[in-house]
Amino acid sequence: MRRFFLLLIGAAAVFGASRALAVEPSEMLANPVLEHRARVVDKQLRCVVCQNQSIDDSDADLAHDMRVLVRKRITAGDSNQQVIDYMVGRYGDFVLLDPPLKPATYVLWFGPAFIGLIGLGVLFLFYRRRIVRDSGDGDGDGEGKGMAEPPLSAAEKKQLESLLKGDNA
Amino acid sequence: MRRLVFLVPLGIFAVLVVYFAVGLTKDPKILPSVLINREVPPFDLPAIQGPFKGFANRDLIGQVTLVNVFGSWCIACRAEHPFLVQIKSQGAVPIYGIDWREVNRVDGPAWLARLGNPYTRVGDDPDSAVAIAFGVTGAPESFIVDKKGVIRYKQIGPITPEAWDRTMLPLIRELQKQ
Repeated sequence: MRRFFLLLIGAAAVFGASRALAVEPSEMLANPVLEHRARVVDKQLRCVVCQNQSIDDSDADLAHDMRVLVRKRITAGDSNQQVIDYMVGRYGDFVLLDPPLKPATYVLWFGPAFIGLIGLGVLFLFYRRRIVRDSGDGDGDGEGKGMAEPPLSAAEKKQLESLLKGDNA
Repeated sequence: MRRLVFLVPLGIFAVLVVYFAVGLTKDPKILPSVLINREVPPFDLPAIQGPFKGFANRDLIGQVTLVNVFGSWCIACRAEHPFLVQIKSQGAVPIYGIDWREVNRVDGPAWLARLGNPYTRVGDDPDSAVAIAFGVTGAPESFIVDKKGVIRYKQIGPITPEAWDRTMLPLIRELQKQ
């Protein structure tokens, strides 16, 4: 048991270390307010080399250089949005981790909800039909016509009764 | 008619299959460049060490040029280099180099001394300032710039003989006529 906990602590240390910041102390701005803004911007920008990380997370050399550039521009007086616009001007929307909402990305933003709605609609239709069928469509409104079983014939009713009685004859 | 309703999911599925099949054939490393038909960003890079001249955006005005981003650390650049030397010897277009992110100041010059220098000018870009301005994601990347200093084409990865013969050289010839 003790060994297990030691292992656990060891693993936590290893994984914890690998999650350490990519931002190096030497990159950081002395002004904590500006540094905080830089970090906010970092987190929104994609590392264009590794592609699935922000430059805040990435150890890639280019990500390092992009972080330095973000700090240079912030120090020079750019707003966060101006820094982001600068990167978008060079790398396109791709450099944003959150894709912007615009006609080209409508499928991306609304596609999943749309598919979900279709699924719900199909489920709704499926269960409605089943309810109608299970109630034998006895309400006479003709709904579920063609789906519901036709009523039992006299011979079938007789057979059913005998089956229910446990009479195998 | 009602029965055909059952074909709708199949139809949607078929559309998705085509959509994803096309998506999977695309190389996610290749990003569309937003810089096409835009002016070269302003920059002024110092020369790398040795008998080289520095490189600024104004050097590109008045002639059609090929701007090549490379680094001695980059294996694909090593593969591309002989072809650049060949382009240089044919005199089709002047090549301007951006030596990107050299770890050591002498690496780039030593590389060119060893393999031959295809560049008219070579700027030193150790901290990616100009590479980022060009929207570079990896080396090598090459840009065809027209006489007005407008980027007209971007080649991601090494210039292949095929890309050169089919796309790049015809475009350069056309731009040179303008």
